[in-house]
Amino acid sequence: MQLKDTIRESQAFLTRAIVAGLLVLAAVIVLIWRLVQLQIIDHEHFTTLSRENRVKVLPLPPTRGLIYDRAGVLLAQNRPAYSLEITPEQVKDLDQTLAELATVIEIDDEDRERFWQLKKRARRFDSVPIRVNLSQDETAQFSVHRHRFSGVDIKAQLLRHYPHGPKTTHVLGYVGRISQRDIEQIDASNYAGTSHIGKNGVEKTYESALHGAVGLEQVEVNAAGRKVRTLEQTPPEPGVDIHLHIDIGLQEVAMKAFGDNNGAAVAINPKDGGVLAFVSQPGYEPNDFVEGISTRDYDALQQDENRPLYNRALHGQYPPGSTVKPFMGLAGLERGAIQFDSSVYCPGFFQLPGNTHRYRDWKKGGHGPMDLDSAIVQSCDVFFYRLAYELGVDRLHDFLSQFGFGNRTGIDLTGESTGLLPSREWKRRTRHQPWYPGETLIMGIGQGYFLTTPLQLAAATAAIANNGVFFTPHVVDYLQSPATGEITPIPPSAHKIPIGLQQNWQDVRAGMQHVVESPRGTAKRIRSDRYTIAGKTGTAQVFTVAQDEEYDEETLEKKYRDHALFIAYAPVEDPQIAVAVVVEHGGHGGSVAAPIARAIMDAYLLPNETRPKDGT
Amino acid sequence: MSYSPRQLGDLTPTNPNRRQGLLAVFHIDLPLLVGLLLLCGFGLIVLYSASGEDLGQVERQAVRIFLAFMVMLAIAQLNPATLRRWSPWLYALGLAMLVAVLVFGEIGKGAQRWLDLGVVRFQPSELVKLAVPLMIAWYLAEKRLPPRWQRLATAALMIAVPVLLIAKQPDLGTSLLVASAGIFVLFLAGISWRLIGSLLLGAAGAAPVVWYLMRDYQRQRVLTFLDPEKDPLGAGYHIIQSKIAIGSGGLYGKGWLNGTQSQLDFLPERHTDFIFAVMSEEFGLIGVLVLLAIYMFVISRGLYIATRAQDTFTRLIAGSQTLVFFVYVFVNTGMVTGLMPVVGVPLPLISYGGTSLVTLMAGFGILMSIHTHRRLLPT
Repeated sequence: MQLKDTIRESQAFLTRAIVAGLLVLAAVIVLIWRLVQLQIIDHEHFTTLSRENRVKVLPLPPTRGLIYDRAGVLLAQNRPAYSLEITPEQVKDLDQTLAELATVIEIDDEDRERFWQLKKRARRFDSVPIRVNLSQDETAQFSVHRHRFSGVDIKAQLLRHYPHGPKTTHVLGYVGRISQRDIEQIDASNYAGTSHIGKNGVEKTYESALHGAVGLEQVEVNAAGRKVRTLEQTPPEPGVDIHLHIDIGLQEVAMKAFGDNNGAAVAINPKDGGVLAFVSQPGYEPNDFVEGISTRDYDALQQDENRPLYNRALHGQYPPGSTVKPFMGLAGLERGAIQFDSSVYCPGFFQLPGNTHRYRDWKKGGHGPMDLDSAIVQSCDVFFYRLAYELGVDRLHDFLSQFGFGNRTGIDLTGESTGLLPSREWKRRTRHQPWYPGETLIMGIGQGYFLTTPLQLAAATAAIANNGVFFTPHVVDYLQSPATGEITPIPPSAHKIPIGLQQNWQDVRAGMQHVVESPRGTAKRIRSDRYTIAGKTGTAQVFTVAQDEEYDEETLEKKYRDHALFIAYAPVEDPQIAVAVVVEHGGHGGSVAAPIARAIMDAYLLPNETRPKDGT
Repeated sequence: MSYSPRQLGDLTPTNPNRRQGLLAVFHIDLPLLVGLLLLCGFGLIVLYSASGEDLGQVERQAVRIFLAFMVMLAIAQLNPATLRRWSPWLYALGLAMLVAVLVFGEIGKGAQRWLDLGVVRFQPSELVKLAVPLMIAWYLAEKRLPPRWQRLATAALMIAVPVLLIAKQPDLGTSLLVASAGIFVLFLAGISWRLIGSLLLGAAGAAPVVWYLMRDYQRQRVLTFLDPEKDPLGAGYHIIQSKIAIGSGGLYGKGWLNGTQSQLDFLPERHTDFIFAVMSEEFGLIGVLVLLAIYMFVISRGLYIATRAQDTFTRLIAGSQTLVFFVYVFVNTGMVTGLMPVVGVPLPLISYGGTSLVTLMAGFGILMSIHTHRRLLPT
């Protein structure tokens, strides 16, 4: 019986063991099928995933091109800088990490604010700076604690630096971190490894040349995203270096000459339109903007009543005042409204026929008999009221627009203002009003609606000096490839103002020369023994004095005082430099603006004598 | 009536061990030994790659393997009858220690599994892996098979108590292994198919209850298993990366030490639970099939030993041990290939680590003991 049971149990067990074996076999077949599915059927798919996993394409940012002045002085360079950066995706608890970091390295509220701001628009797995411009001590300090912070690392990069600071801001502009708005305007892939972009000035206009082309590096990475080795590399193409017409020495001299005054000065080489000096006073520190200026500092700049952020040379629109008189005279001569020796009696005012309103001359008693030359030299308003009246607004407008008034000069800086050269058509379109004859008179002495930028004045002056060849002003002279040394010049472009009679131009230029050289000239004080200067002073009204009131400079608050203007070129025989200076609320052009122009011309024409001495 | 093997050898000319001298003296089953050595050797080769060519780790594992083989040999010397007598005591000891772990146990990695005995730290659940099937086999073998309802219910309770204790640690993988070890004994003991069917239905009904009892991380694992893409950087990361490793290995593999997934750290726990993925990536489908063939060889040898065993107790033990071994293989490979949820079960004899290795080899020691301590049966 027991034996029988044993045999039966053994038999039953065998059945179960066979069933179990079959189940095992079935499970193994399922497993093998799964493996076939993964390793044979979907092999390609997983191979792709595996490659994507391990191969990462890293952008190699190009080195930004350098900017030099005309003498080869470095104006914008790249300096190595260290920042502490966090890759948010690799940090479990950001708040806690920030709190712990703050115990190791100084982090203030501004740093945090900037971090969260930048993090919002950072690409995935991009690092975001929490601290910038680490000192060597700070770098070392963090390195000691580095193991405690995964996803936090020190990043070395080249950061833009402007050694001349505020002296160059208004022409160079600056670079800043790429913003969302920038991204929409650039080829994002070319900026894959780049953090900064030109925000204005030359840095913006020549952004694509300065930036260069991104390079690519295929690297094998591990799961932590760290590079294991390089598989393939396409080196970046560095940005090209830029050589400016700008002379940093002239910039310095001009800014110094302004003293505490605000204003703008532009100097142009009449022979090619190269901008030698481009000053808007006051300037501001561009280096603050490179790594992001703090809200507090930015607010301070914006609320500064001297408006340092305002580029007066490019955006500032001022009535040209009497500086327009040489152009007016030329218009009269070329259009046949006057002769060189036509004489007009100036009683101190001008009246339109059939109207009692007196258009006053700046000189109360009048200048007496005036011809064109003396009218320019003494800046007689009556002469030009009459001339404007005879020419009429349409002819005036057409003639003056040849000198670029009312239009952008086309300089290679962005955001230029157009100024305003009024016309009948303009007034009808914008004001829905007819043109009044009195407005023509006012326009004739550069007042009223007439507005010019300092840049326009300089360009127009250069065109007079250059006998009607109007060069488009440009800041950049040539580009140079840092790799090959190959030079790409920026060719000057010009248009020719038609000359009716050559003598007319010479007469006007002679008048301008007498402004400086005649004992009665309004700018006689800047006369030089070393070279000849031609110029014209101007005073632009900010505050309209009522018909019966006196304008008294002494009693007027400074912000109501007139702007002082001066245009000039030198040497008269072979003009090398044309200058326009506007001193806001400076009063008289001859006494305030002219010396600044003289200082700039001295620095340019007599470099060996003026530059070592400047500062004394 | 007991016989020493030498006597057996002398008395029975048909004994297959007769010609094998030393092997017979040490109660070694040669095919099983060869299979195990192949597995362990293969494991060391894969480990060298999975550890990032860390010879130190390979050495440590080799030492563990050696010790585990010693344990196996030692157990092989025991007569199955001795083992049978110890079974209830081992079970009682195991239970006591599980309770002790819950009370005094050390916490590691969020689970309370270890018991510090002063000299060594010990995982009682490992002992229980052996003690439960021994206990069930001992209990069922007392009476005629197939077992009656009452005995079945008692046996089920004997399985459930330690399984729940281990699940509470929590250690889902081990409790699963312990449960299957016990259940295999029941299955091999011949419980009726009708019962098996209704139990399966019952299990399906109990699933919601189990879900309720599970810890958050266990639920997470199940959810992740159902949809790994849902959390590609978190819980699903393991499975996704492991599938990429296996799939990109293809038919021939990327070559030893050349698995990019493993060598570049994309594969987590690559030298422990996920070592199968490393192997699949570097040796391809062919390598995997070779490995599975060796496993199948060991398993069929185990089942053969079970069928040749001379009494109910040894049959049940041998069968259960073999099937549990297969459960290890299947749960691990199923997890790594994405067939099953992530359950912490190592790839037997290949994964780095010593705890389960010793238990597994002890189990094979029992198999060898069963096969080499043969009584003369009346024919």
